[in-house]
Amino acid sequence: MNSIPGIGTGGRITMAHGGGGTAMRALIDTLFLEAFSATPHTAQEDQARLPLAPLVAGGDRLAFTTDSFVVEPLEFPGGNIGTLAVCGTINDLVVGGARPVALSAAFILAEGLELACLRRIVAAMADCAREAGVRIVTGDTKVVPKGACDGLYVTTSGVGVIPADRAISITAARPGDVVLVNGTLGDHGAAILCARGDLALDVAIASDCAPLGGLVEALLAAAPNTRSLRDATRGGVAGVLSELAEASAVSLTLDETALPVRPEVEGVCDILGLEALFLANEGKLVAVVPQAEAEAALAALRAHPLGQQAALIGTVAEAGPHGPSVVVRNAFGGRRTVTMPSGEQLPRIC
Amino acid sequence: MRFSEAFRDPALAEKLFTEIARTAETLARSRKTPVTVMEVCGGHTHTIFRYGLKDRLPDTIEFAHGPGCPVCVLPMGRIDDAIALARRPDVILTTFGDAMRVPGAQGSLLQARAAGADIRMVYSPLDALELARKNPDREIVFFALGFETTAPSTALTVLRAAREGIQNFSLLCQHILIVPTLRALLEQPDFAVDGFIGPGHVAMVTGTHPYEFVASTFHRPFVVAGFEPLDILQSLLMVLRQLEAGQARVENQYARVVPPEGNPAALAAMRQVYETRPDTAWRGLGTIAFSGLQLRPTWAAFDAERRFALTPHTVADPASARCGDVLTGRIRPTACPAFGRDCTPDAPLGALMVSSEGACAACYDYEGARQVA
Repeated sequence: MNSIPGIGTGGRITMAHGGGGTAMRALIDTLFLEAFSATPHTAQEDQARLPLAPLVAGGDRLAFTTDSFVVEPLEFPGGNIGTLAVCGTINDLVVGGARPVALSAAFILAEGLELACLRRIVAAMADCAREAGVRIVTGDTKVVPKGACDGLYVTTSGVGVIPADRAISITAARPGDVVLVNGTLGDHGAAILCARGDLALDVAIASDCAPLGGLVEALLAAAPNTRSLRDATRGGVAGVLSELAEASAVSLTLDETALPVRPEVEGVCDILGLEALFLANEGKLVAVVPQAEAEAALAALRAHPLGQQAALIGTVAEAGPHGPSVVVRNAFGGRRTVTMPSGEQLPRIC
Repeated sequence: MRFSEAFRDPALAEKLFTEIARTAETLARSRKTPVTVMEVCGGHTHTIFRYGLKDRLPDTIEFAHGPGCPVCVLPMGRIDDAIALARRPDVILTTFGDAMRVPGAQGSLLQARAAGADIRMVYSPLDALELARKNPDREIVFFALGFETTAPSTALTVLRAAREGIQNFSLLCQHILIVPTLRALLEQPDFAVDGFIGPGHVAMVTGTHPYEFVASTFHRPFVVAGFEPLDILQSLLMVLRQLEAGQARVENQYARVVPPEGNPAALAAMRQVYETRPDTAWRGLGTIAFSGLQLRPTWAAFDAERRFALTPHTVADPASARCGDVLTGRIRPTACPAFGRDCTPDAPLGALMVSSEGACAACYDYEGARQVA
């Protein structure tokens, strides 16, 4: 569909959609509010108003997070910039043990963006939030001239409530604990590389973009003493584990043969000289749990649709003489240290 | 057959480790110093570190990490040349990903891009040609890097551009040759390498014959090798067995990819398009005669240096980094005073710290902080 009643018939965003006049009003009313199931009546105020009582009943701390999304291409197998934003913000809340409540979404739209594309993105965001049981309650739209932004940028913020009995922290990993992931590494990073099309690799890899609230609840029910949780986005599992080792002042040893990686992702990595351990994920988390709860945690993850390929990938030990580290032990008995990736991963020449 | 699994099989690796240890032990009885084997390619270096192979090998075997990583031997002046071209408002400069971070005297291409130059990363010279077709009002310059492995695809791209009459495409040609460079290394009097794990992908183009001089003139075993861990281990064993038998031959471990005569079509394209330069500067190695390629006069229209009347920049290597000694196998990366201190992957002083194929970056990434005392 190329024209949306009331928004204009050109089928594209124009500067008028950000001008504060009727075109902007129509865009907000018919595209955003409709998708996010808010009525123009409730959206007349300049702010969302959340009743305190249910929040207080749910826990003793408010979790609050924000994130901006600038991915290219805007749509890719397994998701789009909108689902990325919703999932990313929800996941940043749930890895703190929070139950997400509400999100905001602020859009920067480029003049010339196809309305049909915007509508698909917004619809997908609404679906994703609904599935996760979270409402998108406030937002903003700006339009910038063509060329000033790459189609569409979105910033989402989220609030959630942390139940009183949860104390999940990146500083809480202890020697003797084990490290789990809920599935295959690097799917999102590889999907984006392939979706950009300039590699001419004919391989179907879908992003793993997914909200992890349900999975985290299942995990915490089975392993109530879970120490640390992190969603492994930019920098991949390696980046997250480097931070975790540093923050908890421990050393981590990973078993390379236990790392779950799709063969097609491994293939893309081999061709480009990259490693799945460093590629971004959007539906994967790293969990550190006490050894005693490892089995229950793994079983709970595997019983959830987003954790069927969950694996125990490593163990936590005291930091060595040179301080915290992440070491990968491979099938040959060789060891290598994994360091925080520096800058973006660049493909090798040959 | 899944090649990635077959050539990473731990059980087969175990057999090779055992046999390598046995052969190394025999060799150690007849010599005082460790056996030093140079793996020529950056890809080999990467595999050695990536799979932690050194951990499983006896102390009597040392690797010297050779010069076969194209970005690692890129002299600073050449980066400055590329930046000078990229700063022209009419130019879009294109190049491979890992060239972006290499520091020149004027900073890196990434920094030049941040300062406003139009620099784009491509995966193939054909991507650059496509950019030229799509942007007829801009000058597309491809910063052409690499050994005999990538030189043919650049040559074929020039031929295609000529055939299609594309006028806004040119090369900043930094293609280099491994054969004269190995000779230059071997001619150095204190070059203490006992044998070579030879460049598999270069040999796929050149064939194995050009390396005969290593065995016949310089009496070193030379085994053309693949890039999977089992390839490296088997090749190492082949080198050790030659040393044990007192032999020096060229052998081909990578026969599944490398024909002895190489790739005649690729070689023909290279001959048609390039000639050798009298002198080419290498980072860390100085100037090596006839080791670099430039476009033949027939293709002058595609030569960015002539097209834009470029004055080449010459910059001395940074004095505090001992890149040359690492490249020639005289010292291990960690013995360089700059390693991990003034020179890290975030702020590389020398190019060996840039690419994950570079001996220093591989060492830093995979052996990490434990190496910095």
